[in-house]
Amino acid sequence: MFLIPDPVVRFFHRMASPPHFYSFTERLMPWLVVIFLLLTAAGLYGGLYLAPADYQQGDSYRIIYIHVPSAWMSLFIYMVMAVAGGIGLVWRIKLAEIVAISSAPVGASFTFIALVTGSLWGKPMWGTWWVWDARLTSELILLFLYLGVIGLYGAIDDKRTASRAVAILALVGVVNIPIIHYSVEWWNTLHQGPTVTKMDKPSIHVSMLIPLLLMAISFKFYYLIAMLQRARTELLLRERNAQWVKNMISESK
Amino acid sequence: MSLSHAFFAVIRRDLVLALRRRSEIANPLLFFILVITLFPLGIGAQPHLLQAIAPGIIWVSALLAAMLSLDSLFRSDFDDGSLEQMLLSPHPASVLVLAKIIAHWLVTGLPLLIVAPLLAVFLGMPNHSLGILLLTLLLGTPVLSLIGAIGVALTVGLRRGGMILSLLVLPLYVPVLIFAGNAVQMASGGLPVDAQINILISILLMALVLAPLPVAAALKMSIN
Repeated sequence: MFLIPDPVVRFFHRMASPPHFYSFTERLMPWLVVIFLLLTAAGLYGGLYLAPADYQQGDSYRIIYIHVPSAWMSLFIYMVMAVAGGIGLVWRIKLAEIVAISSAPVGASFTFIALVTGSLWGKPMWGTWWVWDARLTSELILLFLYLGVIGLYGAIDDKRTASRAVAILALVGVVNIPIIHYSVEWWNTLHQGPTVTKMDKPSIHVSMLIPLLLMAISFKFYYLIAMLQRARTELLLRERNAQWVKNMISESK
Repeated sequence: MSLSHAFFAVIRRDLVLALRRRSEIANPLLFFILVITLFPLGIGAQPHLLQAIAPGIIWVSALLAAMLSLDSLFRSDFDDGSLEQMLLSPHPASVLVLAKIIAHWLVTGLPLLIVAPLLAVFLGMPNHSLGILLLTLLLGTPVLSLIGAIGVALTVGLRRGGMILSLLVLPLYVPVLIFAGNAVQMASGGLPVDAQINILISILLMALVLAPLPVAAALKMSIN
């Protein structure tokens, strides 16, 4: 632990305690919502109003302000889920298990949104709703992986056991993540290559890039809000026999 | 008992058990043959059409047959408690599990290879692509057993794990299907397939090394 500063360690240790997590996230939530709303408003205003129309695609390119951040989130949330699941598997931390399973439905929704918006854009641009290209196919498989995680969790009655099963499955599914990420570079596909993450010089104009990054951060905050809200509910369900939950309920009456 | 001794003892035991219950060998094989005969009946028996989609049909059927046979991998050992004894033994669970998977592949995967040439003739596949078809099956079906073992280890404790098993396993089968199907397709057209075969070999080697670990972890979770 000599590498990590002491306050950080103490913060994580405290967060592993369910009552503390519950009250801390309750205080955190309004801030998250405010930041999310501000970022979304700024990102949408910049993306839909300030940014110029594309010289080839006209205004229809603007769907990237939803599509690209959703696609990023679909991968990001899967990694969070796998890492949290792995932590839960190794150290048996209840909250890591809860974070892992609460992430799954949010990640599945983002994957679905990425697929649907991509398909809506593909119809006028590529002339087809769907092609079996490497990136689309691997993103679809990602959706199935999320659904498998959700289904497996639902199928096992004992939720601690279910969390371990889900964590193993999520870790196995991680092999798909690099395949999705590099699919447009490895295979010559219809889906375009990366334009933003080229480190030296992104091949997207800065007036389009800034709203896109704002939207990406705003989606991260939305994920935090949705995931924490799910985690809090799941926590109450699992801890319904614990003293702190009973105290809280009797106090609120 | 040394580890290698235990490893081969598990393989021998599972093979003997399988030979005593021959229907377990026959069922996936019959399923494989039946599904393939359904295609010409369903889509019409034009030789050109069949020839074009034969690699895909054979591989998808092999995938389904492999998935159908998965349930017998741990089911009876789980029910009668011998799986628990195996996990309690001093040997690493992942090695014993690998032995079980190998035995299972010898019983359910290898027979697919033996009937595949016959079915390829059924579907009018060109003779020169037969070798590649067998090679992809030889490299691919062990991967199906190894990956499928993860799914079945996660669901063996569930009363109705069948539907959920297909949801867990089939997405993970997709890379094998893509590269194997593509290799046979290319071979039918007379093109080189070294790249696809190399990728299949690397997938097999990675699955052989990595898959037993989650299988052992999942079984330990399913037992208690």
